[in-house]
Amino acid sequence: MMHALAQKFSTLLIAFRRIFASPVAGILNILVIGIALSLPTGMYLLLQNAQGLVAQISGAPQISLFLAMDTTQEEAGKLRKQLGQHNRIANAEFISRGLALEKLKESTGLEDVIAGLGNNPLPDAYIITPKQTDAKSLEDLRNELQRLPAVEHAQLDSAWAYKMEALLEFARIAVLILASLLSLGLIAITFNTIRLQILTQDDEIQVSGLIGATDAFIRRPFLYFGAMQGLIGGIAAWLIIAISLLFLKAPLATLSQLYASNFTLHPLSMADSFSLLLFSVYLGWLGAWLSVGRHLSRMAH
Amino acid sequence: MITFNQVSKRYSSGFEALKQVSFELEKGEMAFLTGHSGAGKSTLLKLIAAIERPNSGSVLVNNQNVSALKRAALPYLRRNLGIIFQDHKLLFDRNVFDNVLLPLQICGFDHRESSKRVRAALDKVGLLKREKTNPIALSGGEQQRLCIARAIVNRPSILLADEPTGNLDAEYAQEIMNIFKSFHQVGVTLLISTHDAGVLRDNQIRVIALKQGEIQTSTATPISDEQHVEQTCLPTHPATEENEPA
Ligand SMILES: Nc1ncnc2c1ncn2[C@@H]1O[C@H](COP(=O)(O)OP(=O)(O)O)[C@@H](O)[C@H]1O
Ligand SMILES: [Mg+2]
Repeated sequence: MMHALAQKFSTLLIAFRRIFASPVAGILNILVIGIALSLPTGMYLLLQNAQGLVAQISGAPQISLFLAMDTTQEEAGKLRKQLGQHNRIANAEFISRGLALEKLKESTGLEDVIAGLGNNPLPDAYIITPKQTDAKSLEDLRNELQRLPAVEHAQLDSAWAYKMEALLEFARIAVLILASLLSLGLIAITFNTIRLQILTQDDEIQVSGLIGATDAFIRRPFLYFGAMQGLIGGIAAWLIIAISLLFLKAPLATLSQLYASNFTLHPLSMADSFSLLLFSVYLGWLGAWLSVGRHLSRMAH
Repeated sequence: MITFNQVSKRYSSGFEALKQVSFELEKGEMAFLTGHSGAGKSTLLKLIAAIERPNSGSVLVNNQNVSALKRAALPYLRRNLGIIFQDHKLLFDRNVFDNVLLPLQICGFDHRESSKRVRAALDKVGLLKREKTNPIALSGGEQQRLCIARAIVNRPSILLADEPTGNLDAEYAQEIMNIFKSFHQVGVTLLISTHDAGVLRDNQIRVIALKQGEIQTSTATPISDEQHVEQTCLPTHPATEENEPA
């Protein structure tokens, strides 16, 4: 067991030495990997922050239902019953026009103006809290309520948040595409690095095969190399992001103060950092595996 | 130990390198494989290690049909063989010691045990003092001995040597033959190809002669070889008998 570990460790050391055997090429490779990984990861981080911000500002979605001014008592009662029994409505709070005016006075400080109006221009209203809060069901529910006879106007309060959400979804898919493309690029980089290495070590591979090396034995140092290069590239990406955040911190604090918000940029979480490293190790390993695999299958004709 | 049954080998070029070759090599036996250049000696040895596959017939090593082995099983066949290649196949990116170490790394020996074995093998061929040298700096005879050390370090029960005395003068050649004989004495099965009639002259050793891919003569196994068959089970091995700790 100890011996197997020691052997793995020495293979690992060999892989490490090979990465920096030609320091310039090694460092360039790692830089390319780091930048390629930091781009989608950084955008992902920004998206995550934007999403948090949207959620923080918008709160729970509600629909305001303004009734027609000429609604009769009878119609109002029917509506109340309808809303109360509706299976997609969690809560329907009635705001009488009188109460609405009081609230308006309180919240705007326009008491004098409103007093000057003479009679109350506000209609009776309901504040509806829907059960399903995804954009589609909200829109459906709003349309349905709009069609009710006593309803003058049904308004989705957090419509902008949903538009924002849709935009974020769009951005998320864009990041995903970018990440996939760059991942392919990383696999290609490792593939090629390993291909070049195999060329310089063709003799060793040939001889090893002739004297009893398994494919696994021949693969191992290259796989370690790929995984190791991926790991170091992943660490580079993490550092690039961390340093960028450091630079963004000060201007963001000013911005946040100006808008009287307590928004701060969250760094990569532990779990996300770990995923990043794991993913970059995996990509390097995969590139190496494909490269050696191709060589081995060619050797077997 | 090694059995050829009606083995034919035709290369993809269409050239038939071996035609209906049949012979048997007993456990512990030593034989020379002779023939002019192009007679098919290297091809025959490659078939034993399944480096090439026959087009017809079967090659048995230790009662195992190696011509039918799956690719994944080949490494384990080859670990039981010591092979000395005609073109040496030494690695010039590492020193003498590390060249001999390679077969042990492949088998997964631990560091201490493998160092011990490498030194024993180098000592056997008289290269112990050159362990730090790059093989490119060795003479032809020394390179050949290095090949032998690499072939025996794994203590194989079969040793295949492809023209090991090829480009050596008589003195070196005799030296190498003496090393092989010492393996023979402890029960290793040996098949040595050569086109050098000189080595054969004063030996009572079996000769398998190839001519244009066919077996021309195969002298009978000398009676005296019987006793070596008995010895194959001995635990000692020429590569280690001097250096093995008690
Ligand atoms: N890979 C190959 N492809 C085609 N022909 C080959 C190949 N290897 C050997 N030969 C031919 O097979 C014949 C026997 O070769 P070889 O076994 O190397 O002979 P020897 O070792 O006795 O000199 C030669 O004519 C050689 O040209
Ligand atoms: Mg030959």
